Parts: sequence; structure tokens; C-alpha cells
Amino acid sequence: MRNRFAEVIYKAAVKDERICIVVADISPAGPMARFREEFPERFINVGVAEQSMIGICAGLALRGMRPFAYTIATFALYRPYEFVRDDLCYQNLPVTVVGIGGGVVYSTLGGTHYAQEDVTIASSMPNMTVLAPCDPNESAAITDWIVGRPEGQAGPVYLRFGKAGEPDITQGAEPFRFGKLRYLRRGKDVAVLSYGVVLGMAAKVADALQAKGKSVSLVGCPTVKPLDREGIAELLMTHAQVLVVEENAPAGGLASAVKEIAWDRRATCDLKTFTLKDQFVHCYGSHDELLAKHGLSVPAILAAVG
Amino acid sequence: MTSAPRSLPNDFDVEASKARCRAYRRRILDISQRVSALHIAPAYSCMEIVDCIYGGLMRKNAKGEFVDIFLMSKGHGCMAQYVMLEAFGILPSAELDRYCTRDGILGAHPDFGNPGIAAATGSLGHGLGMAVGMAVAERNKAKGKGEPARVYTVLSDGEVQEGSTWESVLMAPTLALDNLVAVIDSNDFQSLGRTSETHPPFYPLAPKFAAFGWETVEVNGHDAGAVFRAVTSRKGGRPLMILAKTVKGRGVRFMESVPIWHYRAPNAQEYKTALEILETVAS
Repeated sequence: MRNRFAEVIYKAAVKDERICIVVADISPAGPMARFREEFPERFINVGVAEQSMIGICAGLALRGMRPFAYTIATFALYRPYEFVRDDLCYQNLPVTVVGIGGGVVYSTLGGTHYAQEDVTIASSMPNMTVLAPCDPNESAAITDWIVGRPEGQAGPVYLRFGKAGEPDITQGAEPFRFGKLRYLRRGKDVAVLSYGVVLGMAAKVADALQAKGKSVSLVGCPTVKPLDREGIAELLMTHAQVLVVEENAPAGGLASAVKEIAWDRRATCDLKTFTLKDQFVHCYGSHDELLAKHGLSVPAILAAVG
Repeated sequence: MTSAPRSLPNDFDVEASKARCRAYRRRILDISQRVSALHIAPAYSCMEIVDCIYGGLMRKNAKGEFVDIFLMSKGHGCMAQYVMLEAFGILPSAELDRYCTRDGILGAHPDFGNPGIAAATGSLGHGLGMAVGMAVAERNKAKGKGEPARVYTVLSDGEVQEGSTWESVLMAPTLALDNLVAVIDSNDFQSLGRTSETHPPFYPLAPKFAAFGWETVEVNGHDAGAVFRAVTSRKGGRPLMILAKTVKGRGVRFMESVPIWHYRAPNAQEYKTALEILETVAS
């Protein structure tokens, strides 16, 4: 996922001198290393100094650049939170904060490295756009959108990534459109709505329900903010059952937003949401094992769906 | 920034600066009579520093626009900046008259988007990082085209306690930012008392900045000529840190180094007395 991102950034940077990268002690492997070698004046490593990373990005953007701040999600967003809020969001600057390992992807690294409420925090800030690709292809499409934005639409973005090595799952899906739900497949009975890496689990839930004879829509929500409220309202109205699968805290993310929309629109479908718990869970197994401890697994979801 | 002159100005009229600073202080007193609170003393503290930057150091292009950049990191000192931007015709006087009112655009901290304001500040510890980013951007833009625009920023001495300030103190010499000049308005006051008494072992500061790789100089911050010379006589090749010794509330004796004037506006009698002091005491 992050490698496809770096490929797109590199290609865009060849043509667009405004694109620059500020990292905080992250090893620039793959295409990122190429960027560093070819555009050394546009690649800054601040070291372990994330407040400075965001402040420098703001300064670069204030003078016409289009910076990407890049590090592990907790350090990209939590450590320099007030800098993201004041320097980037308050000033509405075209800086993309790239958070690697959003959610609990870094399962073995422990609670200090879990960005389990990153989407909630990023979404709470005015002017912030929140984008969360589910696979390498979507990551490339989203990055293309970010670098191609016209001046008037260029505010701050929180770009939530998993890590490297995720499989592509959006083959055959309708194309990514900013601010819109993305149907990976369309059905009539049940809709499974998700975003980010855990969309892979949502796809397996959809497969299992289909195997039971249901007609299932699998829907991605890569633009978490601004949310496609109309698209979600329509989804709630056209399916008898809607399941939201989200790797984020239970409050302030997609799951709670869908419930708000359901209330506002007097939706009558059966709506169930599956998120991380509002807890620090101690489990140093695989990503899937940690998600399972939070209650996010295919069997757990299927059991709850009935 | 191809339109930037290749060298710094070599002349600074200190007497003219004194007259300007007296007028700026008077203007701030006038504005103070329309609001309940404003940061008078923090503005008076950095008046000569900011006047030296705007009135002496910052270069203009052929159209008379500033090509160098000023960022008020100690956002609470922005009254000093507002009255200068007004004098340069960049901020409309009508906006100074609407300062901190519902229909105005100017608040007690500078807002990005307002005329002449390079960045939104107010929360301490943000300015130096943004100034570093600006200096990098300007250096990149000027590559192969001439001398880059310079970035001037003024920090408070309380702000030097912020960890984020030190992250950027670390970065600027690493990036060899020759086009960055930071001035610390060292008035030795923060909200709860004297800065030097808050962290006694932290002082003196100059050796700390020098150890981080800055060209470092100490001056009297109310001697605009000394600030000017500190910049024009620098060796260069790395960022410059000016530790400017100042007096909070400078210019009006009863406000000088008295913490209440950090924020308070004078009443009618105090206003009258302050004006008289400004007229009679040389800056």
C-alpha cells in the first residue's frame, strides 16, 4: 500500500516541483528512496521530532509547496496533534499527513503504536479530509487524487494506510471517486460497508453471506471525511440489512456516523456495527488476532448477524 | 524570488526608527481605549526589533512589495505588527479600529489570511518550525535563480521553553538555513513570573543555541541599530539567532516589567499618563 503511494508521489514529483516529503526517522525504502536520491532538496528527515515535521510542512505549504508528512500513524497524528490542528487545519494548508499503520496494524508493537482512534481524531478537526485506502490500487488512486487537486480544493488530508503487502481487493470495482462510496459488488439484501485494511475482512463476511444465499453489496468508504451521506442514506434505504465493519474506535468514526444518518433518515433496515473496542487490548499476536480480541473477526460478525 | 535585491540594505536610520516606534506605541495606546484587554506590554517589548525588521531589513521588489517574510512567532505581540502593517498601507486603518470586535478581522493573535500575516500564531512553539519550512521553500524556489527570500521570526523567551521550539532549533542548522533569522524577545517575563526564575539553570541561552549550530549574537533589543548590525554583520552559512534583551512594556514606565500589563488595557487616566510619558521620555 505504502509502496504504491510512493510510486505515485515519485512520478508526480518529476512534473510538480511543489511536491516534497518530510519524514520523521522512517526508512525511505523502495520508491521513496528513489525520491530522496533524485530530489534531495525536496526530501527532509527531521529525525525523531514530529512537531517539527508538521510545522515544517506548514511552512513549506505557506510558501507554495505541497508537502507530505510521513511516519507511523500515532506519531504523525497524536504526538503533533496541536500542530496538525493549528498549523495545518486552522490555516487550511495543502499538507497530507500520512499515517502508516492506522488502526491496530502494528499488532505486536503494543498500545503505544496502535492508532485505534486516528480516524475519530482526524475527522474531528475542521478542514481536514480523511482518506483510508483498502488496498494498493486504491492507495494509488487516492494519491493520484491528492496530487492532482486544483488549488481551490487543496486543504489538509489525513491519509490512513496499513503497511506493506496488502493484497489488491478492488479488481472489478467501480473506480475511486473522491467523496463517494465505492461499490465493490452490488446486491439486494445485505450491504457490508467498510474502509481501510479491514475491508478485506468485510469482503470475507460478504462472501460467507453470499454462500448462504444472500444477495450482498460490498461497499468501500475510502473517503471517511467528507462522508458520502447521501450515498449512505441510499444504501440504508435499499438494503434490508446493513453491516458496518470498522477498524477504529466505536465513537466518532464511520459506524457512529452511519447510525446518525439512519436516525435522521428514519431508516428501517437492520443496522449492525462492528468496531474496535473502547479499550486498550493487550495482545501481541497477528493483526487478525488482535482484531479478533476486539471482536472483529469473520466468525464473530457472522454469529452476530444471525 | 528573482526580484529580490542581491544584498541587504547597508543603512538604517536609528533616529527615524525611534520616531516611528514612538508613534506605533501611541497608536496602540489609542486602540487600547476601545477594548477591555490587549497585549500592550508584549508588543512594546518587541517594538524596536520588529521595526528594524520591517523598516530596515526586509527587502522590497520593484513594486514596493516585501519579498522577505516576517513571521510573528510570539503571536501575542501582534499589535506591534498590526500598527506597522497599517503604516505600510498593508492593513487598512479601519481594521485596526475594529480590532477585537464582531465585524473586524483582527484578533489578539495573528490570523493567516489577513493582509501581511505570514502565518497564524498564538499558540507558542509553532513559529520557528513554520519559519524553517518557509526558509526551505524559499531556498528551493531560488535555486539557480539568485538569492532566496529571507525569513525573519520573533519568538518570546517563554516560548523557548516549548519542546517544539527545540526540535526546530535542531533542524535549522542541519538544513544550513542561511536565509533564516530568529530573534528572541528576551524580556524575562512569562505569565507566572520571571522567565529566568522559572528555570534558573537554563540560562544563559546563547551558549545553548551556539551549541546547536546557530550563529548566535546578543544585543540590546531596544537598540534597533544594534539589531540591524547583528544581521548585516553576520558571518552567514547557517541560521542566525539574535538574543535581544528587552523590557516588557518598554516605553511607558509604569507598565515596564509589571505583569498585569501583559494583557490589561489602561483606563482613561492611565491612558493619559501613558501618552505623556511617551511624549517626554526618549525611546
